[in-house]
Amino acid sequence: MRGKIITISSGKGGVGKTTVTANLGLGLALLGQRVICMDADIGLRNLDVMLGLENRIVYDIINVVEGRCTLPQALVRDKRLRTLRLLPAAQTRDKSAITEADMDRIAHQAAEIADYVIIDSPAGIEHGFRYAVKPADLVLIVTNPEVAAVRDADRVIGLLEADGHVPARLIINRLKPALVRRNEMLDANSVVDLLAIGLIGIVPEDVGILAAGNRGRPVVLDEKSVAGQVFRNIARRLQGEDVPFLPLKAPSFLKRLFGAY
Amino acid sequence: MKQMPIALKGTPQGLLLKPQAQSWDVILNALEYALQDTADFFRGGRVILELEGHTFTEDDLIALRDLLERHEMELWVVLGVDEATQRLVRAHGIRTRLPGTATPAAEIGTPETIFARRTLRSGQRLNTPGDVTLLGDVNPGAEVIAGGNIVIWGRARGVLHAGAMGDETTVVCALDLNPAQLRIAGVISRAPEQRRRHPQPEVARIEDGVIIARPWTAKG
Repeated sequence: MRGKIITISSGKGGVGKTTVTANLGLGLALLGQRVICMDADIGLRNLDVMLGLENRIVYDIINVVEGRCTLPQALVRDKRLRTLRLLPAAQTRDKSAITEADMDRIAHQAAEIADYVIIDSPAGIEHGFRYAVKPADLVLIVTNPEVAAVRDADRVIGLLEADGHVPARLIINRLKPALVRRNEMLDANSVVDLLAIGLIGIVPEDVGILAAGNRGRPVVLDEKSVAGQVFRNIARRLQGEDVPFLPLKAPSFLKRLFGAY
Repeated sequence: MKQMPIALKGTPQGLLLKPQAQSWDVILNALEYALQDTADFFRGGRVILELEGHTFTEDDLIALRDLLERHEMELWVVLGVDEATQRLVRAHGIRTRLPGTATPAAEIGTPETIFARRTLRSGQRLNTPGDVTLLGDVNPGAEVIAGGNIVIWGRARGVLHAGAMGDETTVVCALDLNPAQLRIAGVISRAPEQRRRHPQPEVARIEDGVIIARPWTAKG
């Protein structure tokens, strides 16, 4: 049985697609699943950096498209979790180097040798987005609790609905409970209300995520991190488990006062 | 409000054009202007001209027909002219009477009436010369443009335009009426900046040249 193909998309850039891809890829690998992460952002390759695998890349997805190497040859195995592999984007080319049919073929080929294929979509709603969602069995829409990001997510969901009937789920990233409490940020309910699709995770804002991405060691690997726990939970939900949502509380005044020391 | 030189209204049979001004040049200019804005909307449509006491020469007729043809529209019927003008119109292969008697558009669904049951998302658009009923939300960035009335059984957040062809008697109703922009015929209004805590159903219409929204009650 072939694995499931999941595309991570958003419309807007900078909302955390690559972070989500890296963490869910590792999260599923932690559950013992065979995972292939595909970086579909040709020309703006990031996923390898986030996973800390940049210096291991030999071939990339365009080499596979052009037949210079086979798919298994291009896959980079993760240094921590051996069941995770990365298919890197090409950095020296652009998105015109790949067609929807190429992407569809390679993703399905990858799904033959993995339980999950996770595709990190480029931002935007043009060709890059189109080919990234083409092979998907499920699309995870990443958004931030801010008006512009939600508007773009809505647009993407509309395009997916018009295109066919690939199911979509929502991940709200970078929620700040303290701001929500002061009415300075959209709360999760209003976002879900507007977008009217199922929610699969709410990731709190966490400076640890950024630092972890820079170090190439995603938070999902950090046992103590709340954000890491959120990603591990999303991975379990993808596996079909019914995992309750974590309560998101703003740190109390005292904790903020002393937490820094 | 200033009287417009022409009135355009979507009907089940076609687009109804009623000149208001006396000068034919003024009428044609206004029509040209209206069609520039909404050319895609009307393309391929049939036009019913209702003259009501206007005088009308053969040159006027040809000028109007040519203008409509440039916008890929057909002058189909000319109504409300005297016997002699009727013969002139018929000589150009244009009808002077509507075929059959149809039930008024206000009472039944017409082919141009849209009933939809979904969320209208950012970038999506409903567009019809008739009325629109939507069971669902109009999200920010979405547009509903109707020649007739708009009824939203849901939250209206995008751009709504009723009476898009100039009908100032049309209304816009929603359970939660808070669109980015609300237009009826040529009148435009923006939603208040302050978002209400407890939205209630409202109906918006033109009163004394401005758009007024009032609670939408059983009496409508």
